[in-house]
Amino acid sequence: MAGADGDDSLYPIAVLIDELRNEDVQLRLNSIKKLSTIALALGVERTRTELLPFLTDTIYDEDEVLLALAEQLGNFTMLVGGPEYVHCLLPPLESLATVEETVVRDKAVESLRKISQEHSPVDLEVHFEPLVKRLASGDWFTSRTSACGLFSVCYPRVSSTVKAEIRQHFRTLCSDDTPMVRRAAASKLGEFAKVLELDYVKSDIISLFTALASDEQDSVRLLAVEACVSIATLLPQEDLETLVMPTLRQAAEDKSWRVRYMVADKFSELQKAVGPEITKNDLVPAFQNLLKDCEAEVRAAAANKVKEFCENLPEDNREQIIMTHILPCVKELVSDTNQHVKSALASVIMGLSTILGKENTIEHLLPLFLAQLKDECPEVRLNIISNLDCVNEVIGIRQLSQSLLPAIVELAEDAKWRVRLAIIEYMPLLAGQLGVEFFDEKLNTLCMAWLIDHVYAIREAATCNLMKLVEKFGAEWAQNTIVPKVLGMANDPNYLHRMTTLFCINALSEVCGQEITTKQMLPVVVKMASDQVANVRFNVAKSLQKIGPVLDNNALQTQVKPVLEQLKADSDMDVKYFAQEALTVLALA
Amino acid sequence: MMGDRPSPPRAMSSAATTSPSVDKVDGFSRKSVRKAKQKRSQSSSQFRSQGKPIELTPLPLLKDVPAPEQPELFLKKLQQCCTVFDFMDTLSDLKMKEYKRSTLNELVDYVTVSRGYLTEQAYPEVVKMVSHNIFRTLPPSDSNEFDPEEDEPTLEASWPHLQLVYEFFIRFLESQEFQPSIAKKYIDQKFVLQLLELFDSEDPRERDYLKTVLHRIYGKFLGLRAFIRKQINNIFLRFVYETEHFNGVAELLEILGSIINGFALPLKAEHKQFLVKVLIPLHTVRSLSLFHAQLAYCIVQFLEKDPTLTEPVIRGLLKFWPKTCSQKEVMFLGELEEILDVIEPTQFVKIQEPLFKQISRCVSSPHFQVAERALYYWNNEYIMSLIEENSSVILPIMFANLYRISKEHWNPAIVALVYNVLKAFMEMNSTLFDELTASYKSDRQREKKKEKEREELWKKLEDLELKRGLRSDGIIPT
Repeated sequence: MAGADGDDSLYPIAVLIDELRNEDVQLRLNSIKKLSTIALALGVERTRTELLPFLTDTIYDEDEVLLALAEQLGNFTMLVGGPEYVHCLLPPLESLATVEETVVRDKAVESLRKISQEHSPVDLEVHFEPLVKRLASGDWFTSRTSACGLFSVCYPRVSSTVKAEIRQHFRTLCSDDTPMVRRAAASKLGEFAKVLELDYVKSDIISLFTALASDEQDSVRLLAVEACVSIATLLPQEDLETLVMPTLRQAAEDKSWRVRYMVADKFSELQKAVGPEITKNDLVPAFQNLLKDCEAEVRAAAANKVKEFCENLPEDNREQIIMTHILPCVKELVSDTNQHVKSALASVIMGLSTILGKENTIEHLLPLFLAQLKDECPEVRLNIISNLDCVNEVIGIRQLSQSLLPAIVELAEDAKWRVRLAIIEYMPLLAGQLGVEFFDEKLNTLCMAWLIDHVYAIREAATCNLMKLVEKFGAEWAQNTIVPKVLGMANDPNYLHRMTTLFCINALSEVCGQEITTKQMLPVVVKMASDQVANVRFNVAKSLQKIGPVLDNNALQTQVKPVLEQLKADSDMDVKYFAQEALTVLALA
Repeated sequence: MMGDRPSPPRAMSSAATTSPSVDKVDGFSRKSVRKAKQKRSQSSSQFRSQGKPIELTPLPLLKDVPAPEQPELFLKKLQQCCTVFDFMDTLSDLKMKEYKRSTLNELVDYVTVSRGYLTEQAYPEVVKMVSHNIFRTLPPSDSNEFDPEEDEPTLEASWPHLQLVYEFFIRFLESQEFQPSIAKKYIDQKFVLQLLELFDSEDPRERDYLKTVLHRIYGKFLGLRAFIRKQINNIFLRFVYETEHFNGVAELLEILGSIINGFALPLKAEHKQFLVKVLIPLHTVRSLSLFHAQLAYCIVQFLEKDPTLTEPVIRGLLKFWPKTCSQKEVMFLGELEEILDVIEPTQFVKIQEPLFKQISRCVSSPHFQVAERALYYWNNEYIMSLIEENSSVILPIMFANLYRISKEHWNPAIVALVYNVLKAFMEMNSTLFDELTASYKSDRQREKKKEKEREELWKKLEDLELKRGLRSDGIIPT
């Protein structure tokens, strides 16, 4: 052993194991998390012969401890002596893979998958694959569930006899009588298909897929939809029609909305996997049905995919398909009864304009955008406004501005502060697209009004918004339009508004630059140092600290320092504190 | 004659009468917006392509035809009642909806009072009618974070018909002429599986009927019993380990409570496994409060059947003891007291050490409700007698925390309770009490010393790791 300078004897295993057995769960957990340190102290041989057997034997603990253990063991290969000994880690992980608690089991499986890669092909067959088989034929469902995740990692590296066995085990688990195991198998079906030889995909996987997709439990059927994507990707185009499509068609019309939801949710992936021809013949009508589904959940999931689906349609007749098949459904969704459907649609609908081009957009989409801008639900309006950039590129925002303005104004004055907050966040984006003139004319007053909102979060966001606007429009614009208004608030009778002035100065000084800061802002800040409200005064100290770096040394020495000295002698302890802090940070003390 | 029927035999849930839409102040959250909507249909995917109005040809009343013709007419009426209406559309098919309602009413009456109506041909038709009406995919829950304690349940829109169908089915199952040997051809595993899925219904009225239906089926179909238990197992395991969402857990537990009562002794391994691997883990679920009473009842039933299960049960509870949720901790303490009420002294001795270590932690909880609930154990005469018998073991476990709490708990009521407990201990075993008081300080010091040694050990270990790490550039030496 390399550490053979005598210090190994300092750490008798008993002491270390005592730590792992501590009565306090938290201490036990800490020890487990440092298991690698313990192993290091013991050296690889004693780790193998003493520590691991101990861990394997005493696996009855709180799930939290077991989770930590399962994770640790995944990184233990070097600590037991490298790949040739990695199989020593299998017994404790095998026990952990049978635990009830899902997170523990999943972590154990993850670690097993990880260390499977460190096994030599021989060890994989001698040690790892038997473990998988034991798990696959375990009594309680937990071990069989875990086994499902291990087939695909050993399959590619074992002999053909063992491969046949693995396929057989997987097949058995796909028809297990507990739905938990069937779900686990269904969720790994795609992954397993990927490592199988194409012939076996056709002969084995397809029949399993078909069976799982018509399982009596919808929770199993919906997982088969996920597998459908991988399987369809693996098969040559000419086999898809006979091997995959009947099942997919059935899933799209399943009586359970959960399965239809899954189809809607995976629609873009499915579309890519089956290719343009099948998309045209099958997926277009299926998508129409999903957009018209009787459950709002399904419609919302499908609405979310409208843009992606249209984008991925074969280009040769994309426009025609959209105009005749998709757009009529989309039009109906604009006035859906469910707000989540409308809002899902609103988050993607603008993307259609790039696909359909200027004329179609003006004629067909614009009326929809305008209707959504007037929707009763604020989320719908927000989603439209937040995606304006797509339309801007195609038709220019002017087309919308007449309707945009009332919508923005209404959101800006919404009774719910979260709505106001959301629209503020889009202001810089809007300003960029609408241009400075439009902004000054229509939106500037809104931005200033937010500064005196009665909700702090709005005032704060408004401050930050001003900074971003100045970044866009430049210091000169700031000097003319917003700085005077901001500084005017310093004389407001409400101390909260006076503080807003300071917060704005904090945000703006850097983007406005030294000249504006020194000539216009600093005098105001200095004046406020004798405000009668202590909160304003200590914010003066904080502001000075903040704008100090923008000022030149002369201003610092002649204007900032005296004020801070004065505040340092204030009667209020907070004012003193922040004045002192500012002096220190600015190195004026 | 028809007017006084059907009287819903079970207590109607208050939910049936409360208004569905109470708007919250902040309308921006998903929740309050959806609340403003009308009640939603639970009839989900049934009406995908029905646009046409439904026509049913009115049939004569059963009592108006001669007795020999009645069975035939009964079948016809059952067939008519297979037609399902869309109750979300409150305007469509009004006449036919009313016609079906009165027909169902008539059928309920008929199976209750008539004799000789139940021909062999009637069984499949009854099951078919019931299946057509009740089996459906339940709609999505209004919200992912549906909180059954806070939110109003979504009520089933088609309840005016559905209730009568359930009513009819129960009377059919309870009828004196009902023969399980014929019915088992139609009420099979697949039927039961679909029935169990309906327990996820958000409508408490429906779950209540389902409870009765399943209970009757369990009682009458011996061949389905094991299957029903196994499927309930699966539902619970999925609930605990996968979804944490299932509305009918309390109802299923209630049925199980009465089933456990009837288990034969010695208990089969299957039943013990159910207790340890399913019922105990149910305690870990977030929404425990919704079914805790029924769960605790099941647990106590098991222990009364077979006291030797006490140790694994209590160890299970201790393993899943809540770490952060005080409300759940209070529930655990309540359940534990129920268990202690029926515990045998020989079992108590086996489990007392880990048990009182936990109780000692609860007593010193900064949450006064937890501390209070634990301290109430000392008001329980039977528990007191057990503690007294074993005071030499329990007192040393409890002492340090009680002593500390008596000096520093923020809540005066807790301090007062702790004084009572200390006083009780002093009376039980004054010698030991005095010894513990005397050694309190030195014990604390010893603990501190041990703590320091631990820290040093770990420090050394970390130094070692650092040293080796440095020496071998991260490659661990062999």
